[in-house]
Amino acid sequence: MKFQSWGQCALAFFAIAYLAGVYFASSPIWMGFSINALIVTLAALSWNITGGLGGLSSFGHAALYGTGAYASAILQVKYGVNAWFGLGGGIAAGAAMGAFIGGLAFRYGLKGSYFALVTLAFAEVLRICASSFEWTGGGSGLQLKLMPGLAQLQIIERPWIYTGLLAVVGLVMFLTGLIKHSRFGAYLIAIRENEDAAEALGINTYKIKVQAMAISGAFGGLAGVLYLQLWLFIDSTVVYGSAVSVEALIGPIIGGAGTVWGPLLGTLGLHLLGEGTKSLLPNSPGLNFVFYAIVLICALRFLPQGFVGFAARFGAFNKKERDDA
Amino acid sequence: MLEVRHLSKTFGGLKAVSDVSLDVPEGSIVGLLGPNGAGKTTCFTIIAGFTKADTGHVHFAGQDITGFSPHHICRLGMIRTFQIVQPFVGLTVQENIAVGAYLHHPQRREAMAVARDVGKRLGLGGMLDRPASALTIAGRKRLELARALATGARLLLLDEVMAGLIPSEINEIVAIIRQIQSEGHTILLIEHVMQAVMSLVETAYVLNQGRLIAHGTPQQLVADPEVIEAYLGHGAAARLQEGHHA
Repeated sequence: MKFQSWGQCALAFFAIAYLAGVYFASSPIWMGFSINALIVTLAALSWNITGGLGGLSSFGHAALYGTGAYASAILQVKYGVNAWFGLGGGIAAGAAMGAFIGGLAFRYGLKGSYFALVTLAFAEVLRICASSFEWTGGGSGLQLKLMPGLAQLQIIERPWIYTGLLAVVGLVMFLTGLIKHSRFGAYLIAIRENEDAAEALGINTYKIKVQAMAISGAFGGLAGVLYLQLWLFIDSTVVYGSAVSVEALIGPIIGGAGTVWGPLLGTLGLHLLGEGTKSLLPNSPGLNFVFYAIVLICALRFLPQGFVGFAARFGAFNKKERDDA
Repeated sequence: MLEVRHLSKTFGGLKAVSDVSLDVPEGSIVGLLGPNGAGKTTCFTIIAGFTKADTGHVHFAGQDITGFSPHHICRLGMIRTFQIVQPFVGLTVQENIAVGAYLHHPQRREAMAVARDVGKRLGLGGMLDRPASALTIAGRKRLELARALATGARLLLLDEVMAGLIPSEINEIVAIIRQIQSEGHTILLIEHVMQAVMSLVETAYVLNQGRLIAHGTPQQLVADPEVIEAYLGHGAAARLQEGHHA
């Protein structure tokens, strides 16, 4: 990971300071809140691969998240499989779903808002299917048996859940950095910037886009499985609902799409804002979504490159780059 | 090196390209000329695999590549540039060139080294770390060339690399194209800037309304009545002749 300015270093420092500070917070609310934010961050990191690096804006990442969660839950509940295998199965199912949706959508050359609509449709169809079939638990969802312990990936102590999630988020951010600075990442960015030029330069754009969807699906599936292991319960609305899709894309857009730190910073920032407004206005549930919308509009207007792009302007290491910004 | 045979393409009722055949021998610079709307760029998009021809064949280096996808054709060693330059504006100049270099250099370190080298050869050395959006039009045209060269392609299809440049910039890019040729590349170029074409190409084909109307050296072409009429209108050649006699 390369920082371009002191501003970005400061931003990363605040994020790390906050995440470390949670261990010492006086109220356990902070840790519970941060655990939720980290799971959303994983979904955001998943969206960031396709939407951020590849410019393939999906509006239905719940399809990947939910498929991971359901695959693991079905394996565990219906077939008695160990949770760790369920984790592997969930990641694989998410990747397969990503490749399937991408394979179909890109085969027919869907781009931009058409791609967004098709992914949204996939997520909605999956949501309805999951709530209709007995195999997926129908309307009542699926509940894991309580079997505390690492052997079944059911951790009860909150500090350990939090630490584990921090490690997973760190790992996925590290992988994002590797991808971004590899040939695959360069190709993905080239496709985002100009698909025709990319194709002319010898890039099999179809293959790269489908692979990106598969990787994104693996990360999204991972996020879904961890949600399941945390709450031990899923139903079609919580994992396939459009709220998941919106949260997955809003964090990276506000934090800085296509950057390694953007999804984490954006998600944390938004969740802090959401919690803040909830506690300020305790009697108006849902009002925090109004603030979400306002922040999103402001971010799109004033911070087109998100927090990370904004911070790059302060104390740039390379003066030339600052002049161009 | 490149053989195009009986290429035809119709868009709706319009015959964009009609029975076009041309040859580009290895190591040469060949021009494809013609007035606006003659079908030059359509020819390029078909040859490079972006559009499928209705009929006809394209052979490259002894292989029938008709109907291959653009990325496959590029892998074989033929690449096109775009008339309207298409830089990856969010990337630096070096990263732009590296996208081309990655084709045969999967490691980032190597690809970036190749990109630096190609960039320097094309006079972009001082701009390598700047964003592509900071380049002037002339710089962007060079970047387009550099990216194409970095793929290691042997045959370059250059679509109007001189359009929109001032004379001194044209002289520079003509020198660069000569340099590229002397390094062993073959070039097929579409061009409007006649003066540049005259000094650069060995032979040229002239297209008008989708058909090939002439083929020869630049000196032969400028004396060809059909070519003059294609550019200046029906009867122009005769009037020019009268003008000379008067």
